[in-house]
Amino acid sequence: MMTPSDGPLLVVDDLHTVFHTPRGEVRAVDGVSFQVAAGETLGLVGESGSGKSVLGRTVMGLIATGPATTVSGQVLLDGRDVHALKPGQRRQLWGPEIGMVFQDPMTSLNPVKRVGTHLTETLRRHLHCSRKEATERAVDLLNQVGIPEPVRRLTQYPHELSGGMRQRVVIATALACDPRLLIADEPTTALDVTVQKQILDLLASLVSERTMAMILISHDLGAVAGRTDRVQVMYAGRTVEAGPTRTVFDSPDHPYTDALLASIPQLSDQPHTVLRTIEGNPPDMTRPPRGCRFGPRCGRADDTCTDLMPALVAVPDGPARQVACHHPLLSIESLEPNAPLTEAGHGR
Amino acid sequence: MARRILLPVLELAAVLLLVSLGVFLLLSLVPGDPAIAVLGEGRTPQEYDALREQLGLNDPLLVRYGDWLGGVLHGDFGTSLVPPQTSVLDRILSALPVSAQLAAMGLVMALLIAIPLAMWSAYHEGGRADRSISAATFGLLSMPSFLVGLLLIAVLVNTLDLFPRNEWVRLGDGIGGNLQHAFLPALTIALMEAAMFTRILRNDLVTTLHEDFILAARARGMSPLRIMVSDALRPSSFSLVTVLGLSIGRLVGSTVIVEYLFALPGMGKLVIDAANQGNYPMVQGAVLVIAVIYVGSNALIDRSYGLLDPRTRRARA
Repeated sequence: MMTPSDGPLLVVDDLHTVFHTPRGEVRAVDGVSFQVAAGETLGLVGESGSGKSVLGRTVMGLIATGPATTVSGQVLLDGRDVHALKPGQRRQLWGPEIGMVFQDPMTSLNPVKRVGTHLTETLRRHLHCSRKEATERAVDLLNQVGIPEPVRRLTQYPHELSGGMRQRVVIATALACDPRLLIADEPTTALDVTVQKQILDLLASLVSERTMAMILISHDLGAVAGRTDRVQVMYAGRTVEAGPTRTVFDSPDHPYTDALLASIPQLSDQPHTVLRTIEGNPPDMTRPPRGCRFGPRCGRADDTCTDLMPALVAVPDGPARQVACHHPLLSIESLEPNAPLTEAGHGR
Repeated sequence: MARRILLPVLELAAVLLLVSLGVFLLLSLVPGDPAIAVLGEGRTPQEYDALREQLGLNDPLLVRYGDWLGGVLHGDFGTSLVPPQTSVLDRILSALPVSAQLAAMGLVMALLIAIPLAMWSAYHEGGRADRSISAATFGLLSMPSFLVGLLLIAVLVNTLDLFPRNEWVRLGDGIGGNLQHAFLPALTIALMEAAMFTRILRNDLVTTLHEDFILAARARGMSPLRIMVSDALRPSSFSLVTVLGLSIGRLVGSTVIVEYLFALPGMGKLVIDAANQGNYPMVQGAVLVIAVIYVGSNALIDRSYGLLDPRTRRARA
């Protein structure tokens, strides 16, 4: 899982997704950058409304741009600019290059289509194989995602399967054409807790078998913790912290990451312990704070935070650690990088 | 199994019984004396009375209904009161194919117009095409059908001379001539129905296109046309199919205006003429037949939901 090969597969550079609503501009994704190498798994975490799902869809090029929605910045898949491709060319990517697993398996399969059709139509669309070949491959795929009696399942309708089974079908459709990048958008949010772990483990093993790259989008830090190489924490459309998952979770630099981690209930807690929460609400995205987006909810915020947007910069708190904060929780306090931050903060 | 077949049939019979009773009672309230309708004005009261006795009009209402129903169950719908005094059933059987053909052609044409328009409209939701189609269908819906028919006649027959203006040709007397005649009236019906179908289907398509499974289909690289036809259309067609069922029944019985406009010997004309002449056996017979078609087509539509959505199918025992 930890073997990034030559050059990143996906490069996302200063990506913005802006919705022009009657109430004003909503910068759902506001200058996000990251890279994912083949075989690597990146976790995108943040609470609801932090822009993670929009980010996933923008990376894929699924967001329909027009007068109401604009996208800027670059998404390079293997050097190709996804947003510069014509719609027809982009559709060629969806399936064989990028696959997507959606949040709710109850709604992401067509209720009037057989399970098998979801798979075979995708296979035939991209691999141009015969009906018979497609069916054989579909059976094979259902086997791989751990669905018993795959031949019988092909002729069943989605409603005849349980939620966990349906999500396995969704995963099978996403993997049908052997994509090199899998974007899993909250793949376990709609599932029972017992099924969640199975699905996450399945995803992890499929990804490592195929040395695929995966972006795992989740609000569940537990889901991301053991199964991603790197993690990127999102808040109000911006990256607040990024780095290797283990070190970020062990010693978070951003107060928001710290607060998120602190709000996970621990099994070792005494019964009836009051659950810790983050005070306040995420900002109104039509009127985000001028300075740090997290400022109004942050215990460490001062006037600098109110006035200046902190930029995402490297911190010496560990290899490949980045944080966007004027007052990060650095373990090496002497190296507090205040000066370069204010300078870089004028950008956007 | 027996329940699934028997119950709907019983339901159907009950509905038809109520419809026929309702029509019978309504007709008995209509002013005018059938005896005068048959004999004309200026006869002696004795002559009228004798005829009333002969027709059974002096019997109590329910007895008359029973007599009529008994006849119908034996295939005897009675005799027309107005000359030519032929069997009601024969007259219905000669008018019904005209109306049925008109309704069938009209509905097929309407669907051929409405489905692509609705798809185009829904795909460009809120765009210029969508707004134009919405305005056009709304305009068409607010026009009376005789106006649409007259406009079609004015343009296609009188100006462009595309269609013949002679008498109706029965299907049995040559399919070419028949279709040539049926096309314009069918188009008149089709335009009105298509306007409604387009609006209904477009709205349901728009809702469906916002579903997750559409996004998922896009994420698998399916083309917009394929998604529209193979993913969106079927889950969006419930309202359309329901309205279609109602249209079948309605069109068979009440395309009067179009029938008059194009001089077609159909069911609508048959009923209206009979009603105006006080020819009550004819009205009763025709309304019963129309009701059968109405109820029957809707029963069929009810069955068809299972084809559209597997979730509504009952478990196979």
